[in-house]
Amino acid sequence: MKFGFSLLILALLIVIPALGASLGGAPFWGIVIPYCALLIFLVGFTSRVLKWAKLPVPFRIPTSTGQQKSLDWIQHSPLDNPSTGLGVVGRMALEVLLFRSLFRNTKVELKEGPKLVYGSSKWLWAGALAFHYAFLIIFLRHFKYFVEPTPFWVVGMQNLDSFFQVGLPMLLATDAVIVAAISFLLLRRLLDARIRYISNASDYFPLLLILAIAATGILMRYFFKVDLVGVKKLAMGLFSLKPVVPEGIGAMFYIHMFLVSSLIAYFPFSKLMHLAGVFLSPTRNLANNNRMRRHLNPWNPQVKVHTYEEYEDEFRDVMKAAELPLDKEKQCPKAS
Amino acid sequence: MPRDFNRIVLGLAVFLALVLTPVWTNLFRSVPPLQDPEIATRNIPGKDKCVLPSVEMKVTHMNLLNQWRDSVVRNDQRDYATADGRHFDMSLSRTCMNCHTDKAKFCDRCHNALAVNPYCWDCHVEPLVQPASMGTEVR
Amino acid sequence: MSQGKLKPEELARITYQPPAKSWTDPTVEFRKGVICYGAVPETLNYLDLPHAKKWQPTDQDWKLPPDWKKIIFEGMRDRLMRFRSFKVFMDICVRCGACADKCHFYIGSGDPKNMPVLRAELLRSVYRRQFTKAGKIMGAMVGARDLDEKVLKEWFYYFYQCTECRRCSVFCPYGIDTAEITMMGRELLNLLGLSIEWINTPLANCFRTGNHLGIQPHGFKDSVEFAVDELAELTGIKVKAPINEKGHEILFVAPSADYFAQPHYFTLLGYLALFHEIGLDYTLSTFASEGGNFGLFHSNEMMKRLNAKIYSEAKRLDVKWILGGECGHMWRVLHQYMDTMNGPADFLQVPKSSLTGTVFANAASTKMVHISEFTADLIRHNKIQLDPSRNNHWNATFHDSCNPARCMGLFDEPRYVLQQVMKNFHEMPEDTIREQTFCCGSGSGLGTDENIESRMRGGLPRANAVKYVRDTKEVNLLVCMCAIDKATLPPLLEYWTPGVEVAGLHELVGNALIMKGENERLTDLRGTPITKPLENKQDAA
Repeated sequence: MKFGFSLLILALLIVIPALGASLGGAPFWGIVIPYCALLIFLVGFTSRVLKWAKLPVPFRIPTSTGQQKSLDWIQHSPLDNPSTGLGVVGRMALEVLLFRSLFRNTKVELKEGPKLVYGSSKWLWAGALAFHYAFLIIFLRHFKYFVEPTPFWVVGMQNLDSFFQVGLPMLLATDAVIVAAISFLLLRRLLDARIRYISNASDYFPLLLILAIAATGILMRYFFKVDLVGVKKLAMGLFSLKPVVPEGIGAMFYIHMFLVSSLIAYFPFSKLMHLAGVFLSPTRNLANNNRMRRHLNPWNPQVKVHTYEEYEDEFRDVMKAAELPLDKEKQCPKAS
Repeated sequence: MPRDFNRIVLGLAVFLALVLTPVWTNLFRSVPPLQDPEIATRNIPGKDKCVLPSVEMKVTHMNLLNQWRDSVVRNDQRDYATADGRHFDMSLSRTCMNCHTDKAKFCDRCHNALAVNPYCWDCHVEPLVQPASMGTEVR
Repeated sequence: MSQGKLKPEELARITYQPPAKSWTDPTVEFRKGVICYGAVPETLNYLDLPHAKKWQPTDQDWKLPPDWKKIIFEGMRDRLMRFRSFKVFMDICVRCGACADKCHFYIGSGDPKNMPVLRAELLRSVYRRQFTKAGKIMGAMVGARDLDEKVLKEWFYYFYQCTECRRCSVFCPYGIDTAEITMMGRELLNLLGLSIEWINTPLANCFRTGNHLGIQPHGFKDSVEFAVDELAELTGIKVKAPINEKGHEILFVAPSADYFAQPHYFTLLGYLALFHEIGLDYTLSTFASEGGNFGLFHSNEMMKRLNAKIYSEAKRLDVKWILGGECGHMWRVLHQYMDTMNGPADFLQVPKSSLTGTVFANAASTKMVHISEFTADLIRHNKIQLDPSRNNHWNATFHDSCNPARCMGLFDEPRYVLQQVMKNFHEMPEDTIREQTFCCGSGSGLGTDENIESRMRGGLPRANAVKYVRDTKEVNLLVCMCAIDKATLPPLLEYWTPGVEVAGLHELVGNALIMKGENERLTDLRGTPITKPLENKQDAA
């Protein structure tokens, strides 16, 4: 049901530009839509991050996943339990670049006995890492449509990507990887009863959308070929703020472009904001130097406490009988 | 503002700057406009029409040349018949480049713009821009 | 299900197959054995907390104030503004499911809403509906739900079935910490007077008497004196245990259970023996006789109210620094909250061991040292004499308590001490120790009797790992550094893993400690005869 809903939305996002572009109005599909999407992305992303950034971090609550820094002769884990800013940078780098925490993933099984058995479970990590890096490389590869002359690193990247020299145009390894990785992530959501149970439509939708983007890209490369010089003219026109719409680029391109526009416009309002949020997680981005340096809470509240004076007043008699030291021998001094 | 506010804003700025690389590299640099390939041909009597319409050639020439290469090299079959019954010698140098003589304008413009690096010229010698008669082919 | 005690093999029949109905259906069944009693009005009133009432979670009518939804929404809005953690954790979860089988309550119950991701979705669904555009427009498709009484009851059910152990946050790719979510959930419920008796009564006790158990100053002194006498009987040495005395170097604060409960009490004997032997200049305090802080399980304000007494007592008694005993959640408060809430402790000095000269730079600001750090340093510098063979009747494993593990990273100090004071030590499987340690199942104020089934379920992963070393390594002792562990692991192990006892680290230190002028030790601190070389496996080998 939730999957079906996502599929339906995706179908609309394909049918609309397919019909629309065939009816004409190329400037609308090629200029207005992408500009709107980019604007929504920039404004939405920025405001979302600023909203988070303005919120106070009242307490320093890193999750320590390694030995703390205490006595000199005890080996401390500077990356899993950093005590300095530099260590935090290292921890975050591992988290963001290599998905360190996900790498820890285990799988539990209950056997007769009862006996709980924990196994290493790296598939989610591998799939997620493959997906994210393939996505990144594909995005960077597209700079050949955005910038003239094509930057040398894009050429290098493309050469590496077509290393296997299979097919014509040559198969790009990342295309295969991203399709495989998304399919894995999607099938996992659909087939694993537990993951299906926790999935919302908003979990299927981005996967389907990105899969569709990859698919339309691959279709354009092999089956529904488009005029790539025209594409580059259009893209560069957009980015140099002098938009043009060359004739006869091909409908598949407009579908691809519309899907990409949908993705970036959807981005700031969705869970995809984990891209920025991962940097702001207080359990990861703070040093565990809690007892070394005081952390300030900007709204540290005034609270009602029970003072020692009140305590001694209440218990003075029994304290005296037990020969415990007292600050005042008698309650309520008569003077004053 | 929280202590790390400035750092977050800086990070955000760096991210946006990276994302918008295509915008600022295009805005602050004068880039000569992209040129379409020059399809202009020498007028050779009887060969005034290409093997396929140019719209098709634009997107499928690489597959055609690939087929030609396989046909010639592997099957020793050099004759290409078009749908409308014309016959051509399957040869990049002698057929294609014989009409479209200027590699720089005909091939390289798009290939460079799109970072395509075909290995045609690993074996073939690029024709002189103004060849006197037939192109040369080396083996 | 029957209300009688379930047999372990019955309880262990767990299915992880989620039910057909969507998790968005909030219906829960409050039944005996899984839910704690509601807080009584007297304790709420004593602490000036709102909406006190006579009430039980099993009641149909929760006597909610008419504007209760408004109170919750305002409470959420307020907390979303005050805690970046809350807001970010509401926003960025991708439901990857990595946390799902990391929760001991999920492993032990198979209830899908015990998956950390869904525990958080319970709040997130309402957050989406109320505070996000997507939730307002798309509703159920993006997992948004309206708040109603059923949802509120569901919150109560599941936020009092989380021990804030943070194991899930170790595995989350974004570090989303369900402890934060649960703390927020409980704070919201508190706004309507919905809390549990086992948390609120200790809170009121602690506020008034200085400790959760409500022991008054003379009772505290009696208990310490009793311990001093008992130690004299065991060792022939009568130690001094100053109470409320000014001008000593150190204030020592332990969880109050150490003074009154077993097996905590043997750890107290260990402290007293150690402090005597090294001539530590310290005092105890009746006012700050509780290091533990159930405020952590209630609200940040309550945590601060109780914690304040530690610094204020250190100041009043004019000590130089503070030493803290063995306790889990106590150390989360001391390590991650105390300085922020009630500091700066500029009237204290950077802790320095007068015996070894070691400066505890890691506590330079908070000025409070964990006793395992202190003792490890002593042993490292050969400041105490130890006879590990006195612990030869024990074959031990070590349980990392959640909070020192995942809020501090206190792993190797206790292990070092343990391996110096005893010979027979075996680790449990690596997925169940250190940062991946499993909760006792009874933390965060859930260590009471009426929810015993929940506790046994939640404690299954821990007990099962103990069972593994019991069966493969003949382990007969589980060593830990947490008062809640010491109270709740014995019944847990008796249920799942009989034959393994529970002890504090400093009980074993006390056993091994050679005290100058002591009588020959015929028994350990428990009074169990020491069967010296007889069962010494190491020597036999």
